[in-house]
Order: sequence, then C-alpha cells, then structure tokens
Amino acid sequence: MELNIIVLAKQVPDTRNVGQQAMNPDGTVNRSALPAIFNPEDLNALEQALLIKDANPGSRITLLTMGPARAADILREGLYRGADAGILLSDRAFAGADTLATSYALTSAIRKIGKFDIILCGRQAIDGDTAQVGPQVAQQLGLPQVTYTRRIVNLDGDKVVVERSIENGVEVVEAPLPLLLTVDGAAAPCRPRNAYRLLRFCRAATPSEQAADGYRYKEKAAADDALTLQEWNLEFVGGDASRCGLSGSPTKVKKVDNVIFQAKESKRFTADDAQIKELVGELLANHTIG
Amino acid sequence: MNYYTDNPVLKHYLSHPLFRRIVQMREGNYTQAEKYDYAPVDFEDAVAGYEQVLTLVGELCAEVVAPNAAIVDTTGPVLHDGRVEYAPASQQNMEIFRKAGLMGISIPRQYGGLNFPTTVFTLLEDLVARADAGFGNLWGLQECAETINSFGTEEQRERYLPRIASGETMSMDLTEPDAGSDLQSVRLKATYNEADGRWYLNGVKRFITNGDADIHLVLARSEEGSSDGRGLSLFIYDKRNGGVHTRRIEDKMGIHGSPTCELVYNNAPAELCGSRKMGLIKYVMALMNSARIGIATQSVGLSEAAYNEAVEYAANRKQFGRTIDKFAPVYEMLGEMKARLDASRSLLYATARNVDMTACFELVARERTLTPEERQEAKAFSRVADALTPIVKGMGSEICNRNAYDCIQVHGGSGYMKDYTCERLYRDARITSIYEGTTQLQVVAAIRYATNGFYSALLDDYLSSEVSQAMSPVRDRIAKMAESYRAAVERAQSFGCQDTNDFLSRRIYEMASYCIMAALLMLDASANEELFGSSARRFTAMAESIVAAHATFIENYTPELLNDYRK
Repeated sequence: MELNIIVLAKQVPDTRNVGQQAMNPDGTVNRSALPAIFNPEDLNALEQALLIKDANPGSRITLLTMGPARAADILREGLYRGADAGILLSDRAFAGADTLATSYALTSAIRKIGKFDIILCGRQAIDGDTAQVGPQVAQQLGLPQVTYTRRIVNLDGDKVVVERSIENGVEVVEAPLPLLLTVDGAAAPCRPRNAYRLLRFCRAATPSEQAADGYRYKEKAAADDALTLQEWNLEFVGGDASRCGLSGSPTKVKKVDNVIFQAKESKRFTADDAQIKELVGELLANHTIG
Repeated sequence: MNYYTDNPVLKHYLSHPLFRRIVQMREGNYTQAEKYDYAPVDFEDAVAGYEQVLTLVGELCAEVVAPNAAIVDTTGPVLHDGRVEYAPASQQNMEIFRKAGLMGISIPRQYGGLNFPTTVFTLLEDLVARADAGFGNLWGLQECAETINSFGTEEQRERYLPRIASGETMSMDLTEPDAGSDLQSVRLKATYNEADGRWYLNGVKRFITNGDADIHLVLARSEEGSSDGRGLSLFIYDKRNGGVHTRRIEDKMGIHGSPTCELVYNNAPAELCGSRKMGLIKYVMALMNSARIGIATQSVGLSEAAYNEAVEYAANRKQFGRTIDKFAPVYEMLGEMKARLDASRSLLYATARNVDMTACFELVARERTLTPEERQEAKAFSRVADALTPIVKGMGSEICNRNAYDCIQVHGGSGYMKDYTCERLYRDARITSIYEGTTQLQVVAAIRYATNGFYSALLDDYLSSEVSQAMSPVRDRIAKMAESYRAAVERAQSFGCQDTNDFLSRRIYEMASYCIMAALLMLDASANEELFGSSARRFTAMAESIVAAHATFIENYTPELLNDYRK
C-alpha cells in the first residue's frame, strides 16, 4: 500500500536551552539569541511517518512548514532523517499569524498538495504550547483527527488503529483514512540523521537559496529534483489574504508580563511525631500526596 | 552538546595541506560525483560533507553514547547459549549508529560505503572513544573491512562489504591461549575438504574482541606439519554458516561495552582471504597496523575525556576559598595533560595522513601502473606510516594511561570513588597499552627505525620545515633534543652488544617519540598558534626533561649494569 503522508513541522526557538538573553526587554522572545530547532514533537510525528513508510514501501512523506526563509533548515533536517520532499510556505502576508491564521495557511497549502492519506504533526510547539494548529487544520479540512498519538498500532486498507495518551493511561481508537494525527512526546523518538542522506541533501535548497551567491550546487540541483525544496507563497496556494497573518488572527497580544519565579521560604521540620504529622497534613492539603 | 563542535582542535586536521591531496586521490579527482548522489564535487564540498558527518557523530556521542556509558559499564554483555547479548544500552548505541548510516565509513562507494579517508575515520573514532571506549571497539572494528577490500577477491568484496556497510559487525580472531604476542604459534586448524572444496576450522581462540561478530577474520594453520608463521593463512568466517560458539565472556577491568570472548571452532566452514601461507606474514601485519592506529585513536579519545573531566572538576571544586585549578600543583597537571593530549593527537593525524597517502597510491595502482616517481613516493609514505605506527600506539596509550591517572589525582578522594567518570576512564585506559601489541612490543617494532637512522632523518625533515616566528625558538630546542637523541643512539650502538641494544631500546624509543611528537605539535602550532601554541611550548619543555633524563641514563650506562638487573 503506497500512502501519501504529509508531516506538518515548525521551526521553533530552542526553549530548552534558555540563556539570559532569551527575552527582549519588551517581553517578546528574542529569537536571534536562541538556536532555531525542529519542534521536538514534530520530530516524533516525522518518526511515525517514517515507520508507516518502512511498513509500506513506496509511500511518500512530504514535510510542510510555514515560516521565514531560514525555516528551510528544518526541511533539510527532515530530508536527512528520511522525508522525501519539503515545502516551505513563506510569505510576508503570513507574518504575525495566530493559530487560526496559521492553520488556514497550512490548510491552503495542503489543498494545493491535493493528494494525501494521512497528515501527521506534533501535539504542540515548544514556543506557543497551544496544541491548536493540528486540530484546527483537521477541522478546516473536514478530516477526522486523533490527538495525543503515542503509537500507530495498525494501519491497513482504509483505517488506522491508534494508541493515544489520555490522563492516567492510554486509549486505543480506530479511525478512517484520510485523517490527521497529532503525536506527543511519549511516541518513539525520531531516528537520527543518516550520513548518506546528509551528504546528499545538505545541498538541497529553496529556489531563493539556489539563486543566492555562494550556492555551489546549481548543476547538481538541475539534475536532481530532490535537491530543490518547494517554496510556496500565498498567491501560489491561492489563499485569502484577509484570513492570513495578523489580519486573519483574532488573537491579539494585549500585554506581556514578565514573571520571575522566586523561591519561597523553606520550612524545616524535625523528626518528631508532631512535626511529621504536620508535614503530612500539609502535603495532603495541597494535594502533593493522596 | 556536541563533541565535534565543542572541540575546535579536530577541525584543524581537515586543513592540512596534504589532506587536500588525499581527498583528491581518494575521490579519483571527484569523478564519483557523476555516479553517486552523495559523492563530493570538489575538495570544499568533500570537507563540508565530512564536517556534516562529524557534527552528526559529535551529537550522537554527546547525546546518546556518553550518557549510556555508565550503564553499559555496570551491565555489560551476557552469554546466552553460546551467543553474546550486548548490554541493552550498547544495543541502542549500535542501532542508532546503524540507522545513521555510520557502519561503512571507509568502504568504497561501489560496495555501499561512504568512502571516507582514514583521517576522517580517525576523527570519528576519536569522538566515539571520548564518549565510550568500549563502544569504540564495536564500532571501530568495521575497519576490518579494509582487509577484505585490500586482499579479498572481487567476489568476496561484493558479498561482504555491503553487509558490513549496512551494519553487520566484525571481529579479528588472532589470539589463542598459547599465541598472544607470539602469533607464529597459532594452532587453530584449517582443513581443506576436497569433496566440497571448502575449508573447515577447528580449535580455540581467546581474548577475541566482539567475538560473536557477524563476520570474522580468522588466522589459522592451513599447512599441516608447519610450526611457524609461514604455515598460517587468513580466513573469513560468516556466522550465518554456523560452527562457532562463544564459550566464555571475560570478566574484565574495563571497556565493559566490548565483549571479550573465548571462541570454540567446531568444523566451522570458512573461506580463504588472499593467498595461502600469507596470513600472518602479509595480511595480519597490515590488519594489525590498522588496528594499532585504532587503539592509538581510542587512547587519544580517552585522553581527551580524562582531560575534560579533570578540567571541569578543578574549575568547580573549591578549597581554601579558591577553585583548585588556581593552585600550581593542579594547573601543572592540567597543563601537562593537555600538552600530552595535543602531542599524541598531532602524531595520530600525521600517521593517519601517511596511511591515507599509502592507500591512495594503492587505489591508483589498481587502475594503472604507477610511474617510477609515484612508486617511490608511495613507498616513502608507507615507510613513514610503518615507522610512526608503533610510536603512536605505544606512546598514545601510555599518555592516555597517564592522563587517566592524573584525572583521578585532580579529583582527589572523590576520584577514587565510583561516583565519578574518571574511575571508569582509568579502568578503560588500562587496556590500551596492552592489547594489539603491548608497549614493549611497540618498542621492538620501532627500534629498527632508530638504529637505521630513519627517525633521525624524519626529524631532520620536520625540523627543516618553515615554521612561524613564534615556533622558531621551539624548533631550536627540539633540534637540540634531536642531537641528544642521536648521541644516545650512537652510544647504545657503540657497545656492539645485542643485550645492551635490547635493554636500552625502550629509552631510545621514548627519546625518538618525544622528539617526533614535539616536532609534529610544533608544526601544528606553527599553522595555528591559537589552538596549539601554548601546548607546543609546554610539551617541548616536558619532552626536554624526559629526553635529558634518558640521555643521562644512557651516557652513564655500562654493560655491567645489566647484571644488576638480571636475576
């Protein structure tokens, strides 16, 4: 069974390695101070796509990301790990998008791709932590969705059985294709970059990158389609500009507060019965135990 | 964390002038790019590719292999029905390296490999050994493929090399209970069966690293009635054919990730690799040289790990109100560790370049006859490689032991506890000066290059190179050391007594080694003062005092002293 799989991915600032310059004085994220990485749970989603491809040779994985020019880096990262093609959705008109405008833009691009059986994406991105884009894309495309995917138990014919995380356990659900799955961090980690693919695809570039000075592989790219990453803009995908970017975003940031965590005063208990009883009582009261 | 990008020293070795030529020859003038989508189009492209893969491995080492090292050390492999089962964390390491396509680093592309030169393989192995020396063995044994590539038939290459490139493991089965350093006395019997035209192996091998590998190179006695090295041939045993089981996994002091096995061959079918009777004389000699460079690399990686652990501890540990790296006895140790590390690494990559050039000429020779000039050049590179190998193996491993020792010393009492990485490094380091030929055997292998003047000529060559202004005084000091070395060689020979030569050979070897390491580090510092300048000055100062000590011993030596040593 040859499947067409789309993986949605986002380039995010690496918030796991936050330094002192991580925030601008105005409370916004200082993206230049943080390394830009492949959103971790999107890598979990890519691995699920690769596992499907392993089991169904001939399947094709297309990685789709919306972002500025440098987001092409994560498309290459996806190719190194086994994706077949990458599309960068990039346009000034998309800037400032909230989740609704983002999912609209992605939906427009997915419609442009046309044929697909499964869309996979991470549960949420580590910069916004909304977990909204995946479900919104499914909604806009009128697709069934399974969120919090841990593992694809079985995939055959026109349905998929999925194990998903729920509070206090897992749930196994069945859903028809085509559908959208959001994958969480409990799913299998993504396989490493592959040296052979790395050597080949480090030359992959978008048409803008290929046109820039210093791109050394024009001849190679002319002979090998896989070395050209697609670069799509709003006009190409045929979206409605008023539903994109800032103008398409009902969410407005009113104010950002800088919250500084401060350690509370510590409390010392001695090892006698009364003090132990008091400690246990306190832990029960604030639901740390029990 | 990334072990490649956090260590700018490594990149330096991709910038050596000779390296450009190595890559060009290895890539057949970059003609492979037409056929393979992952082959480089020119030198810059090749280096960019090497860096991509080094960065990948640097990341896997820091994020997977190093964090797994402690648990691998405490779990180790187990034996199940004659088969070795790696520790689960070792299996995870292997699986990730397989998926990352890192199992055929220097195998030619037509057999599914990456076709990287030895220099780059060595850089990768340097990273892996820093993360976990034991895993370094499992992974590094892929270099045995080179023996099949060089001496096997085309049909054998096509059959085995792609399997190795896709991740099947290898072992070299040489040692036996009664044949360790003395491989001429190997007894494992190879019998040719006329009926089915196959060889069958019977006997026992001992201390075999990764002995339950998928594909084995086996040294066996094929000539009945023979008793020396000329009766030995090299065989390829494929585990798929059965006939070998692991009787025991040794309980070792260190490198627990690397199973050391006792193997029983019971009518195991095998095929000849190369010509009969050339097993020890030619193939195992080549195999051992490459394995020795492998251990030298492992030593450098361990030295690096020991140095890093010591630096980090000393920068955080406070005594008397200051971090201990501010105290002279501690910064002396740290400074000398780094100098030794850098010196052994300069020597390692100088050796690797000569090995690379030798292999490059062999590659050309497969296509066409070499011109007399090329033949001469090829021979020169191969001689330097042969002469440097026993030094880099012997001194590299001794240095790594010293660094592991000092690393514990910097940690003080904490270093003696099992809580810190340094105690594992200490145990892991200990084997490096023993296996693949003890340091004492490296002295034996090296000494002819001292007595025939080869090391002296090599030093002349190094010392006559252009050096930076900063390194000019260093060069003068090394030139004096070289003089003192020559005088010692002359004095040792003046007695005309073999026992004296044998007895003094270790000191002569060390003198030559320190001069050569100092000279090579000086040349690296000359190209990059910032990375190596202070190390070169420190190492030269250290080397001077060691060379002077040996010189004094030899100067005062008389053959009567031998009687006081001998029982």
